[in-house]
Amino acid sequence: MHLYLPIAGLSVNALVIVLLGGMVGVLSGMFGVGGGFLTTPLLIFYGVPPAVAVASSATQITGTSVSGVLAHSRRQGVDFRMGMVLVAGGAVGSFVGGFVFHLLQKTGQIDTIINLLYVALLGWIGIGMARESVRAVLATREGKPCPPVTTKRHRKWIAALPFRWRFYGAGLYISPIAPLLLGFVTGLLTVLMGVGGGFILVPGLLYLFGVSARVVVGTSLFQGLFVTATTTLVHAMTTHAVDLVLAGLLLIGSVTGAQIGSALVQKVRPERARMMLAVIVLAVAIRMALGLTWRPDAIYTVQLL
Amino acid sequence: MGGRVGVRAGAAPNIWKKLLALLAALPMLLGASEPKLVPDVSDTQIDIAYSFTGAELLLFGAILYPGGRAPAPDTDVAVVIKGPAEPVLVREKAKVAGIWVNHASARFRSVPSFYAVATSRPLDQLVSARTAAIYEIGIDNLLLSPASGSSADERARFESGLVDLKRRSGLYAEHVGAVSVRQGVLYRALVPIPARVPVGQYTAETYLIRNGHIVAAATRQIRVGKSGFERFVAQAASDYPLLYGLAAILISLLMGFAAASAFGRVRR
Repeated sequence: MHLYLPIAGLSVNALVIVLLGGMVGVLSGMFGVGGGFLTTPLLIFYGVPPAVAVASSATQITGTSVSGVLAHSRRQGVDFRMGMVLVAGGAVGSFVGGFVFHLLQKTGQIDTIINLLYVALLGWIGIGMARESVRAVLATREGKPCPPVTTKRHRKWIAALPFRWRFYGAGLYISPIAPLLLGFVTGLLTVLMGVGGGFILVPGLLYLFGVSARVVVGTSLFQGLFVTATTTLVHAMTTHAVDLVLAGLLLIGSVTGAQIGSALVQKVRPERARMMLAVIVLAVAIRMALGLTWRPDAIYTVQLL
Repeated sequence: MGGRVGVRAGAAPNIWKKLLALLAALPMLLGASEPKLVPDVSDTQIDIAYSFTGAELLLFGAILYPGGRAPAPDTDVAVVIKGPAEPVLVREKAKVAGIWVNHASARFRSVPSFYAVATSRPLDQLVSARTAAIYEIGIDNLLLSPASGSSADERARFESGLVDLKRRSGLYAEHVGAVSVRQGVLYRALVPIPARVPVGQYTAETYLIRNGHIVAAATRQIRVGKSGFERFVAQAASDYPLLYGLAAILISLLMGFAAASAFGRVRR
């Protein structure tokens, strides 16, 4: 069934888009990542203009995050105080990001920057996750207890920041400036890359701050919800690239997929699940790295003035 | 009466010869006895709705010969469809430090967003190169009016890059043999319009060609526009960006809630 996307200006197979959304939704439900890191490149690959892909997948992540946040908040899995600090940083970050996006678009380097950011971040996170999950899987195979994830609960630079706040859910007593900065960076990357930021926030909260694992995913989704909503607004007002039909199709798939994913995750051992995610993340990173070095199909690109 | 004429002719043969020559040249000067084109098009309005996957434009018409003259069998027709012209920036990628990045660019002032030509014969057999260039018949004859002050071969490189890109996306096309002329009187051309066609005012120019010369021309206008819901969405996005953004957020929130509550009920 073909549907015409009014903003992207092309006709797509609606079923393919819904399935893509569904696949991403399952991942989102399982791992607490928004899945934007998969949607955006796949949409671009399908022929959707990059700006539309980035903007519309942000809209999609908003919807996917809602069901995740609801599920997590029911079992106290969200530190709302930490979440609000992250959101504040993220809101500023996404506005700055909108400005940077516009600037890069003018100089014509936006595609390269997006690709490089993807390769660097996904590569770094993918390798980290793969190492950690392989270690965990090997340990359980040998019958040893799972080695605890080593996190420094007190980092010097974080402890040096003034005004400490108590974050009960996260089990931390740190300056809000640290999560504010993390939120800012996430917001910036959300606008630039069309990702929810879960794959930056989750490791950031876990390994950088030592937030208790119980609230990491929920808090990250809570922040993603607000930041992607802001991002949608920023894109709608600056690049006019939010395609409601495209976002709607993706949402149909992903909100359903997210529910399936969160049911599925209880049947898979967590370290196995993390390894699967690591493989997917690394595969995307490698594909994008190759894409940068291969001779592109189109040497020339056209931009309307 | 004939006698009188004969007498006059005899009296002033030079004048007669000149007059005859003038009469023979008259059709070329005024086009009076040259055939006329009566063109029509299947749709003067192409609507892009939710199910739009492209369209086929049928351009047809008749060739009228003044004074009941017999139709000429060696008549050719070329149909040129052009979309609205737009200024564009063409970027060229090059390998810098192992990765492909945009490094050079060129501006073009008026690039037709869509260009299709349908002809009854291969272009090189149809008209002279000069005529083709004047009437912009054939993709290679498009005037793109480059705006950057770069060298000629650099301009040509960017131009061929731009044309190649447009060709690959189906926005520039040549349909040789897509026009059929029946007994020199009726012609019809079928031109496919791809799904990615840009919106705006299009012109369809029909040229009647005989012996390599364009002897008649006619223009029709075609409007390509989004319709219904598609039009509403596109207009809302550009005219009310804040409301549009808020609506997008609201829709995604509602869908998230709906799915969560639906599945929650199923599980319980």
